Amino acid sequence: MTAADLLRADLKLVISLVPEGSRVLDLGCGDGSLIAHLRDERGCNVRGIELAPEEIAAALGRGLSVVQADLDEGLVGYPDGAFDVVVLSQTIQVMRNPALVLREMLRVGERGIVTFPNFGHWRVRGYLAFRGRMPVSESIPFSWYDTPNIHHTTLKDFREFVSANGGQIEREIPLSAGEWRREIREVRFWPNLLADTAVAVVRAKGAARV
Amino acid sequence: MTTQNDDSSYTGTAAEPPASGRQRCTLEDGLDLMSGKRLSHVDVTYETWGELDEHGTNAVLVCHALTGDSHVATGPGPNGAEKPGWWDVMVGPGMTFDTRKYFVICCNVLGGCSGTTGPGSIDPHTGLPYGLTFPLVTIEDMVNAQAAVLDCLGVEKLVAVVGGSVGGMQALAWAKLYPERVRTCIGVATTPRLGAQAIGFNEVGRQAILADPNFRGGDYDGKAQPEQGLAIARMVGHITYLSDESMRAKFGRRLQDRAYHAFDFVTEFEVESYLAYQGRKFVDRFDANTYLYMTKAMDYFDLASGFGSVAEALAAGDVRWLLLTFSSDWLFPTYQTKGLLDALRANGKEVSFAEIPSPYGHDAFLLEPEEQRRYIEPFLERAVCEARCEAGALEGCDEQ
Repeated sequence: MTAADLLRADLKLVISLVPEGSRVLDLGCGDGSLIAHLRDERGCNVRGIELAPEEIAAALGRGLSVVQADLDEGLVGYPDGAFDVVVLSQTIQVMRNPALVLREMLRVGERGIVTFPNFGHWRVRGYLAFRGRMPVSESIPFSWYDTPNIHHTTLKDFREFVSANGGQIEREIPLSAGEWRREIREVRFWPNLLADTAVAVVRAKGAARV
Repeated sequence: MTTQNDDSSYTGTAAEPPASGRQRCTLEDGLDLMSGKRLSHVDVTYETWGELDEHGTNAVLVCHALTGDSHVATGPGPNGAEKPGWWDVMVGPGMTFDTRKYFVICCNVLGGCSGTTGPGSIDPHTGLPYGLTFPLVTIEDMVNAQAAVLDCLGVEKLVAVVGGSVGGMQALAWAKLYPERVRTCIGVATTPRLGAQAIGFNEVGRQAILADPNFRGGDYDGKAQPEQGLAIARMVGHITYLSDESMRAKFGRRLQDRAYHAFDFVTEFEVESYLAYQGRKFVDRFDANTYLYMTKAMDYFDLASGFGSVAEALAAGDVRWLLLTFSSDWLFPTYQTKGLLDALRANGKEVSFAEIPSPYGHDAFLLEPEEQRRYIEPFLERAVCEARCEAGALEGCDEQ
């Protein structure tokens, strides 16, 4: 099994959205699987940001350049427009200040790719409606008291959030995982109800499409 | 011989070539200094551990800090008997800088007092020790002298140059002056330039030495040594290497060998006793003039010098960087390294950075080997692998 096979299904989709040879910054890059793949398979010039020491060490072993930083403090130190693509994968919901993170993504990158769990999914709605308890699902597998996910969003909320922070959504890909992490398919109807996760390509409002 | 490795099949002979002991590289043509002055004769004392591989891909230069010497790892000391190295928690068989894998070089700095030409050396023009007639040397001058040692050893390119504190300044200067000879630069607890606080403490140390009646304008060779001044300088220095937290844990307000205050000006707190001991121990092994020259070189160091900015100074070459700091280090604080990080990021350079949580202050680079190893080991292994791929000795480094 190669590293690519081990990549989370939504990351495979992210990879397909990154043009070859792009300059890519991965926010919360973990052990660097995604950017290592982008470097090796798509000739990208990649950088990572990560907080956890053991993840940084793993990324260093792959020859990646990773800076330890807390995303909630923004991306100070990166010049405007330093990257073609800034990736934020399954992380926005754990940020204390998601608006700052989004604005910083739009500042340092021409495009941002954000993946996030959709709190509007029917299972989540049903969980709360019928069980009367905070939803726990495969894509949101935490109890309310120990969850790192402090800022849940739905697809609809996310659109408003991007617009309110100087961005526009260039592409929105609602996804539904058949068997999670094995296969994944795009949701065509009622995405806010049927998608359990989503990938959005965002750019600064008014920025020209390339 | 004691080694800190867990490989039971390891015999300590073939796999671990012996340390060299002190060796000397003479710069026949002398050395032009940044000040515009010139030293007509320079000897650099260095030591090596391990062996250079056939492709020349495994050479690591370790730069020592203010009071270090070439003896970075355990091996024969000046009298031939085995002596522990000043960074033997990091350099040695099985350590982060594994001397069974890497060819480790460490030089005593220019201006030093452990074999390399410095203020204690004989001025060939007068036949007497230089003393304060020795020209002021800079971090860059030290690096130029080290480059000559690499030539002596036939090392074209370093897989890594590494240093903590002032040693880190030298590592940074290497990347500025010789980017084509450095694959990676590992700067630990270091800075592109000292802040006023650190310069201030250096000046207190210098004034203590200059005020010692035995100093005699630096001309104390063969006479009573300015021991008191040098010891005070060391005591002040030691405080700056610790942190409030580490001093509280180590000493608190405990008294040494007594239950009540003496109501006299004697050494009574444990911290006083410790500092006095550190001062006494230091004068036996270090030279007051070298202390003056080294601290001045630290104060003068500005990575941007000769260029408009740090970013411009480091624009050339494709050095890969690993910068590590320690959370409680207030002498070489993290924010200063972050300034360097930003300059490198502005240039789009390959730079990695982490701040290691530690209570040990600036001394942490000597006391936190495992936390440094966590980052340096994979970084260095990958760098050697890439060097070997470039040399055609390996196919690839991915997913081995």
